[in-house]
Amino acid sequence: MLRIRRFDERASKMVKRGQIPGTVHTSIGQEAQVVGACMALGDSDYMSGNHRSHGHPIGKGAPLGPLMAELVGKSGGVCGGKGGSLHLADFAVGSLGESGIVGSSIPIAVGAGLSSKVLDNGRVSLAFFGDGAANQGCLYEGMNISGVWKLPVIFLCENNQYALSTPAHTVTSGVIADRAAGFGMPGVRVENGQDVLAVFDAVATAVQRARAGEGPSLVEVVTYRFNEHSEGLKLGVDYRDTDEKADWLAKDPIVLFRAVLIERGVATAEEMDALEADVLREVDEAFAFTNDSPYPDPSVAFDDLYTDSKFAVHTWNDQSTFGTLENVR
Amino acid sequence: MTVMSYLGAIGAAQKEAMLADDRVVIIGEDVEANVYGTTGGAGKSRASEGDFLQQFGRNRIRNTPISEEVIVGAAVGAAMTGLRPIVDLSYSSFLYMAMDQFVNQAAKNRYMFGGQASVPVVFRSAMFYGLSTGAHHSDRPYPMFMNVPGLKIVTPAYPSDAKGLLRTAVDSDDPVLIFEACVLWGSKEEVDENEYKIPFGVGRSVRTGTDATVIAVSGAVPEAVAAADTLAKEGISVEVFDPRTLVPLDVEGILTAAAKTGRVVVADPAHRTCGAAAEISALVSEHVFDSLRAPVRRITTPDIQIPFSPALEKQLYPNRIAIADAVRASLGVIAPDAAGANGAAGNGGRGGSVATPGADREELATGSAR
Ligand SMILES: Cc1ncc(C[n+]2csc(CCOP(=O)(O)OP(=O)(O)O)c2C)c(N)n1
Repeated sequence: MLRIRRFDERASKMVKRGQIPGTVHTSIGQEAQVVGACMALGDSDYMSGNHRSHGHPIGKGAPLGPLMAELVGKSGGVCGGKGGSLHLADFAVGSLGESGIVGSSIPIAVGAGLSSKVLDNGRVSLAFFGDGAANQGCLYEGMNISGVWKLPVIFLCENNQYALSTPAHTVTSGVIADRAAGFGMPGVRVENGQDVLAVFDAVATAVQRARAGEGPSLVEVVTYRFNEHSEGLKLGVDYRDTDEKADWLAKDPIVLFRAVLIERGVATAEEMDALEADVLREVDEAFAFTNDSPYPDPSVAFDDLYTDSKFAVHTWNDQSTFGTLENVR
Repeated sequence: MTVMSYLGAIGAAQKEAMLADDRVVIIGEDVEANVYGTTGGAGKSRASEGDFLQQFGRNRIRNTPISEEVIVGAAVGAAMTGLRPIVDLSYSSFLYMAMDQFVNQAAKNRYMFGGQASVPVVFRSAMFYGLSTGAHHSDRPYPMFMNVPGLKIVTPAYPSDAKGLLRTAVDSDDPVLIFEACVLWGSKEEVDENEYKIPFGVGRSVRTGTDATVIAVSGAVPEAVAAADTLAKEGISVEVFDPRTLVPLDVEGILTAAAKTGRVVVADPAHRTCGAAAEISALVSEHVFDSLRAPVRRITTPDIQIPFSPALEKQLYPNRIAIADAVRASLGVIAPDAAGANGAAGNGGRGGSVATPGADREELATGSAR
């Protein structure tokens, strides 16, 4: 949780300083939901994410340097600078990528569940999506097909109660978790989504069920984002109530969990401070890694469109279309 | 060699691919019952020898709900994590249901994840045009997908190509869309029953000629050949070239065939604007302009939705008459039997003659219609 918080805080700063191009959506405030879910997964399990997904690969143990370099578009980025904040992916930790199209990555997780089932490799697949995405049709197509095929898939709704400026209750009929019943699968709503252990328990149950071949589950986690929808977004309207915001800010998942750990004697306050310092150092190192990493050479723009790069070159080789590489630079 | 139908060749390729690699699965609506005739043995019956369900079981022959978006997206996700799915999307009009998954996931994932993803998946769909299936079932949408970098687009016109190209498609680590034209289903050809694969980006020289070149796509290929037969009787020698795959495109083959005669007609059953024919025409004009002796002509379906009535529909697609007329126009000659009746040439999207409506009306009047 700390790694996600400090990483996203740094990213937010970098946006303000103009060091990150494009849009950035932070998970600040939602770390318990991210980490609780990721902790319930094994190393080889899969996940797909949405536009608010820096936290997901971090939660699954991805190193921070390549993630941060990707935000800046550096060659050392986890996607070599081709993805950016909206499309982080780190296959090494099972992160099959996020999607800038709301809801669009849900079928990808379903497909990963299908391959686990056909290949019988025991892996579980989890799709992260927001309350806004919960109204996309592909979620229901995905829940249905996962139900009939008993796929090891977990549909995890990060209900931070807003889709950009739109309050969930104004666009969502009924309770999201209840929708699971229509597909013959369990649907649970974690009301205290700022409690990492509560999230872990709910997702771990779903993982167990998936691994036992009993099929998919829907887990809805109620949480809150502390920052704006995206960094740098300045809306002229107050769509979130000040009191509501204050209430949720008081439920900071990191503060809450720190207290639990100290109270249960798992760690002392000093140990926790030391941990915080370690994480800050790690983020500094990621920043240094990012700085040291060069921007990609413009010539690689055509790589990886196809597995065989010769397929991408027919317009490129046409001098009348592009001229030389120099013109593109 | 065995004589195979177009559909039979697809079935044979699917079987070969399933036997060759356990990671190959077939996903789609009604694939279990072999409704579209490519997952069964000799016959359509479940009991018939070689039935895919019997042979490969429900783990690898996966009947789906009617949920095109998740079928396509899940196939992409499965391909990214170790399977090599062949997806049967039956009618190509249904591809639109899953545009997001085709464009935003299948085509982009490898690129935007910096090469981390491979998406070895094949999407097959049939173009049911010319059968009075109306506007919702008569699409030929490959040009739209040619406009999406990251996809490979295959349009086989012969059974042997259907078989060999499908095998290559299954081997491809990139997403492949195969468009199969139902007007070709009944065609038969001697096909090698042993395994073989046809590389992408290599066109088929269907016929050699010296006076004009027809570059034809999918269902327009046999029409181009028929036009060439007619023209041969008039002393006109026509080269017919089928690129077979539209992405990657055999640019060199197309340009060579075009430059050889300097008179080029492009025949393509898809819509005209921004179509495959438009792309091929542009390439020819850009690269071998100096060899051209006449303007490049396009025979396509006009930019119109497909009407139901056969009297309205049949005239819309490129046919032998329109192709032959266009070739004659390139050469500046007039058809021997048509002193203007058919509108000699250069009629752009107009396909040609309409089936004689009078005869049909008579049939209806006598109650002998179906
Ligand atoms: C298909 C699609 N429609 C609209 C958008 C614009 N958009 C980006 S994020 C967002 C809100 C998404 O809300 P939610 O799914 O609840 O996720 P959250 O941002 O709250 O984490 C919208 C409308 C988009 N990216 N994709």
